[in-house]
Amino acid sequence: MEPHELALAAKYVGAGLAAIGTGAAGIGVGTLFGQFLNGALRNPSAVDGQFGRLIFGFAVTEALGIFALLIAFLLLFAV
Amino acid sequence: MASPAGPAINPIEQFSLSPIVQIEIAHRDFSLTNSSLFMILAVVLACALMAVGARGGAGVPGRLQALAEMAYEFVAGMVRSACGESGMRFFPLVFSLFMFILICNLVGLIPYSFTVTSHIIVTASLALLVFFTVVVIGVKEHGLHFFKLFVPSGVPIYILPLVVAIEVISFLTRPLSHSVRLFANMLAGHITLNVFGGFVVMLLGAGVGVKALAVLPFAMTIGLDALELLVAFLQAYVFAMLTCMYLNDALHPGGH
Repeated sequence: MEPHELALAAKYVGAGLAAIGTGAAGIGVGTLFGQFLNGALRNPSAVDGQFGRLIFGFAVTEALGIFALLIAFLLLFAV
Repeated sequence: MASPAGPAINPIEQFSLSPIVQIEIAHRDFSLTNSSLFMILAVVLACALMAVGARGGAGVPGRLQALAEMAYEFVAGMVRSACGESGMRFFPLVFSLFMFILICNLVGLIPYSFTVTSHIIVTASLALLVFFTVVVIGVKEHGLHFFKLFVPSGVPIYILPLVVAIEVISFLTRPLSHSVRLFANMLAGHITLNVFGGFVVMLLGAGVGVKALAVLPFAMTIGLDALELLVAFLQAYVFAMLTCMYLNDALHPGGH
């Protein structure tokens, strides 16, 4: 295998590895909404007051997945 | 990423800067680029919205006035809940940041337009502005007491050095995470949209039988556009919310 072919292969493998991080963020977002629903079903009257915090937690968690996706995209298109 | 079946699509071409008016002062490039044009556009739109909305007069508010009042109430509620009544003097800062980022994000969603917030230099400037505001206000208001922020109360003395080190590092990395969050969300979202748009073009350029499959990535693009609309608002909200929380640290250090 030529060196540049190897580098290309490594680039794609690296992008694939980086994309695993989006799955980890998926676990986080799932936990977040699951726990929120858990609490919301126990105490439905508190739901409206906590919705902002839910969305905030979602955005912060989802951003970590986006970081992983960003690395994958950078490897694919910018390296 | 050239494909043998269709035209080559470069998903990061949309972020390239191109000068519109060449300006050079003392051998430095001060050109008006498409980025600066869209920044000016965002400021003009925000100012126009608030100027028209705040004109008032009508007993029953029109649509623009209702929108302006909603934006005001939304940010005011956010600042009040995060920093208390004393934080309301930072309302202009938070409101300007929120409106600028929101309008930049929303304008960037229009096809063929430019997303200012997808460049890290823009988001890093905004985040550093917030960071230095927090430091300056904190030191001015509380002097050395501001550094109590790094020394949580009720921590046993033998792990205090470790906790202080962690607090200092987490404080210093704030502008990094603050700016990269917005930038990465915008960049990754727009690349994803472009990649799926590229799939449509590639499938349309392929054989006759495969052409019908182009409907699938097209539907995905529509779905992603809706998600990006949510993300555009959410990231502006998160940026403003974090600004409020950081300002709260400056106003009430050690109060957490």
